[in-house]
Amino acid sequence: MDHGTKNHAHVIGYGTYILVWLGLLSFTGITVAVAGMDLQFYNIAIALIIATVKAIMVMTIFMHLKFEDRVFRIFATVAILTLLIFLVLTFFDYSFAR
Amino acid sequence: MNHSNAVQAHMHRDDYGAKIGMWLFLFTELILFGGLFIVYAVYRFTYGDGFSLASKELDTLVGMINTIVLLTSSLTMAMSITAIQQGRRRLSIGLVGATNALALVFMVNKYFEWTAKFHHGLFPGGKELLERTNGEILYFGLYYVMTGLHAIHVLIGMVIMTFMMVYLKTGHVNKDSFVKLENSGLYWHLVDLIWIFLFPLFYLIH
Repeated sequence: MDHGTKNHAHVIGYGTYILVWLGLLSFTGITVAVAGMDLQFYNIAIALIIATVKAIMVMTIFMHLKFEDRVFRIFATVAILTLLIFLVLTFFDYSFAR
Repeated sequence: MNHSNAVQAHMHRDDYGAKIGMWLFLFTELILFGGLFIVYAVYRFTYGDGFSLASKELDTLVGMINTIVLLTSSLTMAMSITAIQQGRRRLSIGLVGATNALALVFMVNKYFEWTAKFHHGLFPGGKELLERTNGEILYFGLYYVMTGLHAIHVLIGMVIMTFMMVYLKTGHVNKDSFVKLENSGLYWHLVDLIWIFLFPLFYLIH
């Protein structure tokens, strides 16, 4: 356990970043193309799934979560789950309260 | 050698702690925007038709260009950290500068987008907007609050990037001490992450 002053940094190559960036651009293209089609409910679902995939790519590679200590990943998961619980509970409340 | 060790021991630095602190701050940001996303979800659920109608008035192309601009700025920001880790100071300054320039492009686009809407009377309290249905009024209210709060974050990011460029130039941020640049990067990627969700929710879902 020697964190502290030491910079035990994992150097990530430019190529990895460029690949992730190309992936993000492709997903942006796909999500715009899909939005042009009329798929009813699936339009929202696909848009949100693609946004989530893009978010995971940014968090794991650009924000280095993949290479950090496990503590960071646990923190991030707990924070996102907390938000999801807020969201789900709000909808339970909202759907039944009327 | 001994002397430099002694100096090192006196310089208290905790990069690990700094990064944890930054992540904790990002979680508060997540909850800040998360609350607005929940408001959006509930109103969208209630006023689906109004939201659908109003969202068609946003220019998907402008939204897409801004998405590409922000994604690219995240790329240059991430690469600037690799550059300083390799000791390539000038490349790192250039990449942070590119991030800053892209942030400016984003803001200029936003400016034109918003002024065009203002001209059509589509702003909170605007006469043309108030004549519309509740769903449309709520959609534009949330549009201005959410993209506006995001734009404030972009502006703050530009100030931070400017500081980082100065720190890189003076050597305050260097090959062995770059946690400030890393934390600025984390902030910038969060701004990008929020846009990744704002873009489909406001521009794409009709």
